[in-house]
Amino acid sequence: MSAWRLRVKLRSATGLLVSTRPTQRHTSPYGPLTLCRSLSTGSHLRNEFFKDLEAQLAAFRKKAADALPGSSWSPLQINPNLPPERADIVIVGGGVLGWSIAYWLKQKEMVRGGVRVLVVEKDPTYSQASTVLSAGGIRQQFSLLENIHLSLASADFMRNINEHLGVLNEDPVDLQFNQSGYLFLASEEVAHIMEENYSTQRYAGAKVSLLSPTQLKQKFPWLNTDGVVLASYGLENEGWFDPWTLLNAFRRKAISMGVIQCCGEVTDFKYTTDVLRTASGDTVDLKRIGSVKVQMPNSLEYQPVECAIVVNAAGAFSGKLTEMLGIGSGPKDSIAGIPLPVEPRKRYVYVVHCPDGPGLDSPFLIDYSGVYFRREGLGGNYIAGVSPEEAEEPDTSNLEVDYQFFEEKVWPCLAHRVPAFEKLKVTSAWAGFYDYNTFDQNGIIGIHPLINNMYLATGFSGHGLQHSPAVGRAVAELILDGNFKTIDLSNFSFRRILTQEPMLEINIV
Amino acid sequence: MSAPLTSLHRCCQRSALLLHVARQRWSSSSASPPPLHTRLLLFLTQRFYDVEMLLSWRSQLTRNQLQKKNAYYGYTQRFYGLDLASAYFILSLKGGFRFAGQSEWFYADQKGKFSWDFLNHKDTLLEEVDMSYTVINYRGLCNLEGQRSLRTLKLRGCPEVDDWLLARLHVFQDSLEDLDISHCPRITTGGLAALRNLKGLKRLDVSSLPGILSPGLVIILLEEMLPQCQITATGYDYSLNDAQGEEEEEHMQRQR
Repeated sequence: MSAWRLRVKLRSATGLLVSTRPTQRHTSPYGPLTLCRSLSTGSHLRNEFFKDLEAQLAAFRKKAADALPGSSWSPLQINPNLPPERADIVIVGGGVLGWSIAYWLKQKEMVRGGVRVLVVEKDPTYSQASTVLSAGGIRQQFSLLENIHLSLASADFMRNINEHLGVLNEDPVDLQFNQSGYLFLASEEVAHIMEENYSTQRYAGAKVSLLSPTQLKQKFPWLNTDGVVLASYGLENEGWFDPWTLLNAFRRKAISMGVIQCCGEVTDFKYTTDVLRTASGDTVDLKRIGSVKVQMPNSLEYQPVECAIVVNAAGAFSGKLTEMLGIGSGPKDSIAGIPLPVEPRKRYVYVVHCPDGPGLDSPFLIDYSGVYFRREGLGGNYIAGVSPEEAEEPDTSNLEVDYQFFEEKVWPCLAHRVPAFEKLKVTSAWAGFYDYNTFDQNGIIGIHPLINNMYLATGFSGHGLQHSPAVGRAVAELILDGNFKTIDLSNFSFRRILTQEPMLEINIV
Repeated sequence: MSAPLTSLHRCCQRSALLLHVARQRWSSSSASPPPLHTRLLLFLTQRFYDVEMLLSWRSQLTRNQLQKKNAYYGYTQRFYGLDLASAYFILSLKGGFRFAGQSEWFYADQKGKFSWDFLNHKDTLLEEVDMSYTVINYRGLCNLEGQRSLRTLKLRGCPEVDDWLLARLHVFQDSLEDLDISHCPRITTGGLAALRNLKGLKRLDVSSLPGILSPGLVIILLEEMLPQCQITATGYDYSLNDAQGEEEEEHMQRQR
């Protein structure tokens, strides 16, 4: 009996070792001649052991490699998505401006690894981010010199984008830039503003031309020049591009230069306060951020990141960030009582299809009523929208689109301006947030007066994307060089909000 | 005249450059694996900072050389005037030109040698410029900006001509009548939209542009945009089979 069983064992061993069949058929080692299954549990377990032998050996090899020095195994289970415990600069907000600042910081550092930069973005799908929901236009037709210079510098950057953001052995960046220019139409009342702006733009070096209604009709026969007295047309460096490509180009290059990316939300700050006393006896609290609490998504886990500098590039949600530091909750007549005047404002963008619309030469047209449209692709699709009145601002708790708004506010002006648009069809629409600066609708760049190490780069109210390369460079200069070096943006500092001197864009819309 | 013969000669010589450029352009989309030395370099680059730095220096060096070739000829402009500076720039880049009122072309040969006879014609504007197969780019065009009576501009097969250069052509909008931008690998549809400013254009050649994805539609839109212009667009595969894409074959001649 035992000898027979021994032979069974031997045969089973040899049979299984010799014949490595991939199919796990539970045949007995005797072949098709047996009439019944083997009843012994011992041999069954031994068969499975030999079948798993390869996997067991691989696991053993891995365990041995982990045990040797130089491996990254540790018995403590650490979440790999946590940000590092210490970073030099934490950039809150992973939109195009945040990544642009990260790229320029790494570009300007003097030694490799000179600054440790961490970019914290709470939503890696960018579902509510202003960057990817933008119409993607760039223009130099502003009234403030700083804005024109920022646009020109950004256009220069995009022209040489592969020189700046090209990564070795990766595909070149293709922004899909449409060089179509912007066309502003002015009515009788605002024509003088347009002429003044034209001379400022020319002085700053922008290539813009003024057109009379007859020239307009000649150039764009599909346009209805009713009520138009003057038009300003961009000849060069103006058009639209793909914002997602720009964001990813910045991100790819910054990560290749060593910027650390973290998906999480900044929920708290740890700061120290210096209480100073003014001559009249009032106290001023100067805060210094010591660490940032980054909370992981959908989890209670968090990591406090010690940092030297925090950059607020959170876009539409920047106001909430400064609220955490107590800005805006002080007494009304003190500096601490002035909140950061940036709040989200919802803007709708409608995609329409019109087969007889303007062709390849259609620019980004902005009417004096505020309605704008631009061509999208080659199939007769256009993107249109308008900025709503102050009193009729839509609710910002979600990104739902109101199609009634299109029919009431956008379509009439559009059809009046371009008669072909009387027959159009709305194919889709989306909504995005402007990081709207309620004070003067221009960006706020610089250190906050009450928080010693928080740099603000927000509040661009719809121009953030087109200025992002130049603003990123400016903020990096501010942090690393101490002052602006290429474009002087000291007029955009927080000071103007304290002194209540708005830097308004005197545009015709 | 000798001009068409020399241009044919240069065309054959520079076809090698163009194929090389086209290969580089489409290397990411080709299916065949790169050669051994490229793969070895890639392997080393991913593991050693030094190799990565050397390779990035090499690409930086080529870019710097290109920018030097296209630099602004400020000194020449100051001493010899705008037109001679433009002429000198064209000849340095191995291009050719013809003065207004003259009938002979000034060319630089393969090695870059040219005769200095053009210095005799001071303050004469250029009428026709042939920069085919040269490395002119956006920066280099600033040397030609003063030529307000430029009638013909040939930029056939230039590897560095891109959409931004096309946008800058608006400086010639009053005088330009003939533009040839065929075989330029970097031009895309967005750049062709920039040609809307050239309302005086009579002849446009946009053949074999690999950057255009739907050539049939783009040519139709171009014809609508420039009604007085005769557009030549050969070398496109207009078959309905999308999988083929564009190939370098002489198929249809679309002319108005």
